[in-house]
Amino acid sequence: MTTPVLEVSGLKKHFPVRARLPGGARGVVRAVDDVAFSIGPGETLGVIGESGCGKTTMSRVVLAAIPPTSGSIRCDGEEIVGAGRRTLAAYRRKVQVVFQDPFSSLSPRMRVEEIIAEPILAHRRLGKAERRRRVAELLALVGLDPAAARRYPHEFSGGQRQRIAIARALSTDARLIVLDEPVSALDASIRAHVINLLRDLQARLGVAYLFIGHDLAVVANISHEIAVMYLGKIVEIGGRDALVETPLHPYTKALFAAALPSLPGEQREEVAPDGEVPSALDPPSGCHFHPRCPFAMPRCAEIAPVLAEHVPGHRVACHLYS
Amino acid sequence: MAPALLEVTDLHAEFRNRDGGAPLSAVDGVSFDLHQGETLGVVGESGSGKTTIAHSIIRMLPPGGRIAGGSIRFDGVELTTLPARDMRRLRGAEVAMILQDPMASLDPMFTIFDQVAEPARYHRGLRGRALVGEVADLLRQVRIPSPKQRMRDYPHQMSGGQRQRVVGAAALAGRPKLIIADEPTTSLDVTVQRQYLDLLKTLQRETGVALIFITHDLGIVAKVCDRVAVMYAGRMVEQRPVERLFHDPRHPYTQALLRAMPKLGSAEPLFAIPGQAPNLAALPRGCSFQSRCPQAGAPCLAERPPTVALGLRQEVQCHFAEGAPS
Amino acid sequence: MADAVAVDNPPRRRLLPRLTSLPWIPLVFLSLLIVGAVFAPLIAPHRPLDPVAVTAAQCKAAYGQAFDGCYIKDDPPFFIAGSIAKTLLGTDYLGRDIFSRLLYGARISLFVSLVGTTFAGVLGTALGLIAGYMGPIWQQIIMRLTDAWLTLPPLIFAILLSTIRGPGIGNIVIILAVVFWCGYTRLVYAEVLSLRQRDFVLLAEINGVSRFRIMRRHLLPNVLNTVVVYFTLIVGVAIIIESILSFLGVGVPPPEPSWGLMIAQERDGLLEGKWWLVAWPGLAIMILVLSANMLGDWLRVRLDPHFQGP
Repeated sequence: MTTPVLEVSGLKKHFPVRARLPGGARGVVRAVDDVAFSIGPGETLGVIGESGCGKTTMSRVVLAAIPPTSGSIRCDGEEIVGAGRRTLAAYRRKVQVVFQDPFSSLSPRMRVEEIIAEPILAHRRLGKAERRRRVAELLALVGLDPAAARRYPHEFSGGQRQRIAIARALSTDARLIVLDEPVSALDASIRAHVINLLRDLQARLGVAYLFIGHDLAVVANISHEIAVMYLGKIVEIGGRDALVETPLHPYTKALFAAALPSLPGEQREEVAPDGEVPSALDPPSGCHFHPRCPFAMPRCAEIAPVLAEHVPGHRVACHLYS
Repeated sequence: MAPALLEVTDLHAEFRNRDGGAPLSAVDGVSFDLHQGETLGVVGESGSGKTTIAHSIIRMLPPGGRIAGGSIRFDGVELTTLPARDMRRLRGAEVAMILQDPMASLDPMFTIFDQVAEPARYHRGLRGRALVGEVADLLRQVRIPSPKQRMRDYPHQMSGGQRQRVVGAAALAGRPKLIIADEPTTSLDVTVQRQYLDLLKTLQRETGVALIFITHDLGIVAKVCDRVAVMYAGRMVEQRPVERLFHDPRHPYTQALLRAMPKLGSAEPLFAIPGQAPNLAALPRGCSFQSRCPQAGAPCLAERPPTVALGLRQEVQCHFAEGAPS
Repeated sequence: MADAVAVDNPPRRRLLPRLTSLPWIPLVFLSLLIVGAVFAPLIAPHRPLDPVAVTAAQCKAAYGQAFDGCYIKDDPPFFIAGSIAKTLLGTDYLGRDIFSRLLYGARISLFVSLVGTTFAGVLGTALGLIAGYMGPIWQQIIMRLTDAWLTLPPLIFAILLSTIRGPGIGNIVIILAVVFWCGYTRLVYAEVLSLRQRDFVLLAEINGVSRFRIMRRHLLPNVLNTVVVYFTLIVGVAIIIESILSFLGVGVPPPEPSWGLMIAQERDGLLEGKWWLVAWPGLAIMILVLSANMLGDWLRVRLDPHFQGP
């Protein structure tokens, strides 16, 4: 069995909340609460969840931008948490990121060439000719004219900027790219271009993706495996086809129910949940979803369910299945 | 047939070009109408002009923009020539608007009560107990639990979905005949969006208000709209009832948009509309969609496509609307 | 590959706007002043420090008799009746040509204000960047210092410094830098605070880019817009401060033709109705400051990314 590119286990990130006034609420925000998954080389793990589910915090921890409270992150078998400078530097080269907003992820006063080459330059020197060649190569990979190198970001449209961001992410021959809602800010007709590009690049270069999104259809299109997060925990994780055909967790079903129809008059049988995502500062006891769950049992308010394998390759954290 | 509530005819809106030179045409000869109780979806991507139409109707174009021609008749009154004072009376009372970001629509310094009460106080003259009762009713209508208590809260004490409902309540407070909603669910979570859209439909049934729903998402259109207008580069390329649009799209752009919608469960490469988004400062002669259209022919390069009527209140702007060059 | 076609980009936004939307009035005036200052030796009809040469006949007309070392004091401009030397703008109390002195004075005013404001800008911007990005300790030290410094009223502070350092062009430049750096710091600090939350900075940090490089390549270029606009506004203030200092006698020392000094020396002439002695240097200051402000205003609007479009 091949070593996964990224293997995360027991990952936690807690933020202490200081009391504003004496006697005020003190607490801990469990933004990421015992998360585990693994991504094989050239595969895509899609992460779906709504606001407050912790997917953004998790991506920052995976990127080593913030340290985890506890847990393990292994890249190609090597432990990253608590590792030394050299290991971390190597890790930063292997794991890159593409952000959601194409208008703020490129430095406005830097030429495209410099933007794309920056991750390499952060680690080693590059001769001018070599840099130019590499940048031209990357621009071609993402479907942009090499002449774009001399231009500035504001001369490009949103979709083109995301391509530049992707080219930048590929510059260090990354093994894994974290894609944080990469197409959410793009127009519908452009989204397809970028998603298809990502798929092509994966086939060509064997790069793995951690694809974070909120649009079920888009995430399902490109992922091999999908994880559903709710208030810091993964509530369901499994292969794309299995999850889409037979979602197990009530929250997953709710997400499907809430997905917009593709034709007028299309009805979904799944029941939509009431209310909204509760505050991460004071989550409900037991299973965090129980107040909104149409199938809630008394047990759900007391004991938090554990992520367990229901069918091989398909895990769910719900008392309905234990 | 009852006269239309809103009749827009050949509307032109343009923006001053920041670098000097010819102004940018954001809305280029758009015509449509809307009846009481109807929901019209205006679909388009960024730069298509859909938001500019909304701003033109309420005459609040951003600096540098102006209505360059055409007519907007609302309830029999011509809006483009209405004096500013009368226009102000109209806004909030007859026509209300819901914006995308509830945090920007609500003033953080005032309570929910203040903000929902304002249109009712200003336009309908309600005061005192009657006003409080009205605000409570409105909050109840938008399904905010315990309205009498919650009306004393401030916006930051509420969640995103609740805030957007409060914005809806404020929009209804003036008892408008028309509400324009500009991408109201873009900043909401998926499950919250579903609840909000259901709510809008219910409110429309209960109050009979007409709704213009501006969005870039065809899925939303499928869920809430009765009729749809598709915008491309400032022109309305297709206008159909929602069923017809989805089952029998006539304009190549509409067809492409529908194909590009990712279908849940499919892992196939998505259909990508070839070419670039239109550049409003350099639109080609003839049809603006020519460089991306699989059916483009000689007439498309030379002449602006005609508006072809496909039935009652159904139009498409294309040289090949009937399947043969016109 | 999705679509590997040549990119059809939106046309590049012109760096310079079309001719009709440039701010002509301030540009014309500023150009005239700069040209006048730079080419003063070529343009000035007379030498600024020496009295205008007079003929015996002129001397006789002025004083009744010709004598050596004669100069025409307080001569009106040529277009006013009673003018003897027929100079463009008149002569001052020592018979020196006012127009020539204005030109040479432009050199001083422009030099002092531009250089002083630039020094202030460089110092202030650097401190603002460090305060905003290098961590809480630097932030506290620099911003407390800045806040304290900002409470000092610029003019009084400048006067105080000039009494310590004495008159002289070099000293004025130093004084201007010392008085004005803190405005830049506060401005840049605020910008840096918001910039460092932006994705592109976050991304550079994730990539392990050094803090110095982030400040230099990501932060500095993006605060320059604001700095440049602030610069044009401060230049106007600096000129006025320099003029006041010279007026009070603690700025540019005589006989150098500083505009402020020219006004100071001719105060009495005004009482006698000889308005030209004071009006020309006063007008010059006003035009320069107004033009700088108008240019700054135009720049502010032009460089503002929040300008709305369709």
